[in-house]
Amino acid sequence: MIRIRSFKPLFSLLLSLLLVIQVQAQTAEEKGLAIAKERKQRDLGWQDNQAEASMILRNASRQEIERRMRLLTLEVQNDGDKGLTIFDQPADVKGTAFLNYSHAIEPDEQWMYLPALKRVKRIASKNKSGPFMGSEFAFEDLSSFEVAKFNYKYLRDEQYEGMDCFVIEQQPAYEHSGYTKLITWLDKEHYRAQKVEFYDRKDSLLKTLTMHDYQLYLDKYWRPMKLSMKNHQTRKSTDLITHELRFRTGLSEDDFSQAALKRAK
Amino acid sequence: MKTSLLTLGVLLAGSALADTQTNIRSAIEQRFYFQDGLYPEQHDSDLSVFIEPELYYSINDGADSLNFKAFFRYDSRDSERTHMDVRELMWLHVGNAWEFRAGIGKVFWGQTESQHLVDVINQTDFVEAIDGEEKLGQPMVQFSLIQDWGTLSLFALPYFRERTFAGMEGRFRAPLRIDTDNPLYESDDEQKHLDWAFRYMGYLGDTEIGLSWFDGTNREPLFVPAMTGDEQVLRPYYAQMQQIGLDMLTVVGATLYKLEAIHRKTDQDSYYALTAGFEHTTVGVFETAYDIGWLMEYQYDERDEMATSLGQNDLMVGTRLVFNDIRGTEILIAYIQDLDESSGHSGYIEASSRINDNWKWRVDGWFFSSDAPSDPAYLLRRDDYVQLSLEYYF
Repeated sequence: MIRIRSFKPLFSLLLSLLLVIQVQAQTAEEKGLAIAKERKQRDLGWQDNQAEASMILRNASRQEIERRMRLLTLEVQNDGDKGLTIFDQPADVKGTAFLNYSHAIEPDEQWMYLPALKRVKRIASKNKSGPFMGSEFAFEDLSSFEVAKFNYKYLRDEQYEGMDCFVIEQQPAYEHSGYTKLITWLDKEHYRAQKVEFYDRKDSLLKTLTMHDYQLYLDKYWRPMKLSMKNHQTRKSTDLITHELRFRTGLSEDDFSQAALKRAK
Repeated sequence: MKTSLLTLGVLLAGSALADTQTNIRSAIEQRFYFQDGLYPEQHDSDLSVFIEPELYYSINDGADSLNFKAFFRYDSRDSERTHMDVRELMWLHVGNAWEFRAGIGKVFWGQTESQHLVDVINQTDFVEAIDGEEKLGQPMVQFSLIQDWGTLSLFALPYFRERTFAGMEGRFRAPLRIDTDNPLYESDDEQKHLDWAFRYMGYLGDTEIGLSWFDGTNREPLFVPAMTGDEQVLRPYYAQMQQIGLDMLTVVGATLYKLEAIHRKTDQDSYYALTAGFEHTTVGVFETAYDIGWLMEYQYDERDEMATSLGQNDLMVGTRLVFNDIRGTEILIAYIQDLDESSGHSGYIEASSRINDNWKWRVDGWFFSSDAPSDPAYLLRRDDYVQLSLEYYF
């Protein structure tokens, strides 16, 4: 007993030395990747969810307009998630539905259902940088977070809104992104994105996304109830507000087929 | 007591999962024609209104639903265009990897934009729109299997809908009145002929493939000159047909390649027709949020000069501009050239934008030119128009 106790300080010292060596050996890229992997790891296993949400679009003169929608999401292991969005407002697009199979590197697959024509139209989704429903969110901003989507670089530690954060640079690894890089602030406690800066193809700051009012679901998964995107170049902004969110609602692949898209109501 | 409480509980639980939705689409439309009509009864302008209410009710968490959609139009000039229709009255049951539908409804098949060869389930509501995009409700029973290998649908169509045609005061008409009250049928069952159809839709890599078969009354009539009293008229003749259809779409980068091909066999005819083309979209043009799309489609019909469709050897080029603004502004401009007849061309423009959450404006225009009396478009050569619409949605 005594002997073991006497070894303990030495053991700790050795361990911390090892850790120091390891940290020093880790490049900024490796550290960035490790943080991204941890971020993804902490968000695995939620299965599916259904949300009711609003997008508040504001122009430079602060006029605003509200879009309402329902979002169904299915977690897909080792690939991007599947999503079905049904629009409820404005009234002329009510019943229009959007199906998305997101992928890490390959272009997403996207379909739009037009209820008046009873027609499903394929969208050439190479155009990830296009705006979603006239908002300041691009399709690629709303796509699920997958480790393989970016190359990472750890930049620094920084306080943001009183939280200790990692600041990570992400460069899109997929083609046809509208961005050269994203700078992400992740809080160290829960690895939640708190702020993202988007840099356009000329590498100047285009947009800033901030996350607000994080809520905990199933004792494990954090989701922000408000996403606020500001475009610095047009001075337009969009808030994406979640009114209600339910997890593990029993959705399956069958709820994300073209047939399901056609009967979405 | 226990049972009734249980029943009440079940009913309450059921109603908790019930969902009701109502939609209204309505518009006031003003048309202006650029030239005097070919016939003295025709007018140079036309005011028209329509309303399309829709009611959706679902129970069992969406497993069973009923959708009802009615349509009423009043036209100030053409009594034939003043009409109503049940667009939809459909019960849908969703099973595990299958669907069953029964009632009146609309089905769309195909991929191309400029014409819809493969799409033959619904009759065209021709007084609504000359592009054939508006359809009459079709009575049907449909069963679909939704599997990993694709979707297979079987249709039984127990009742035939006659095509609508403009009256004497309307535009887009033939020199003679079309006697829609006295149609002719090849089948002795007339409107009650039971038509069958099936469709398979699946994927081959990045390519979407649709295969379809239809056996029944041809939605597209021929016309038989006849006398009604002392008036010379054209009686629509609906033959039986068998049609096999193929439609394909493949995505290569920002380009969609589209193909529709059919073989149609009737007593009079047996022919191939196809539409093939592409749509290429560029986002963020001119340093803006605008998307610009380029469309090109080639239309072919083996019957050549005898074709009843407008596209027998024609090329459509078009551009779609999407503003990606909060008003959802879009403009589509298209031009169709007859490759056999240089004088034969037509064009159209569609533009729309939201005014607020419930109101929207729309401008549509069609322009025709043809010097060849054999060309179906020759009948429309003086019917160029622009239509202004104010639409209300709720």
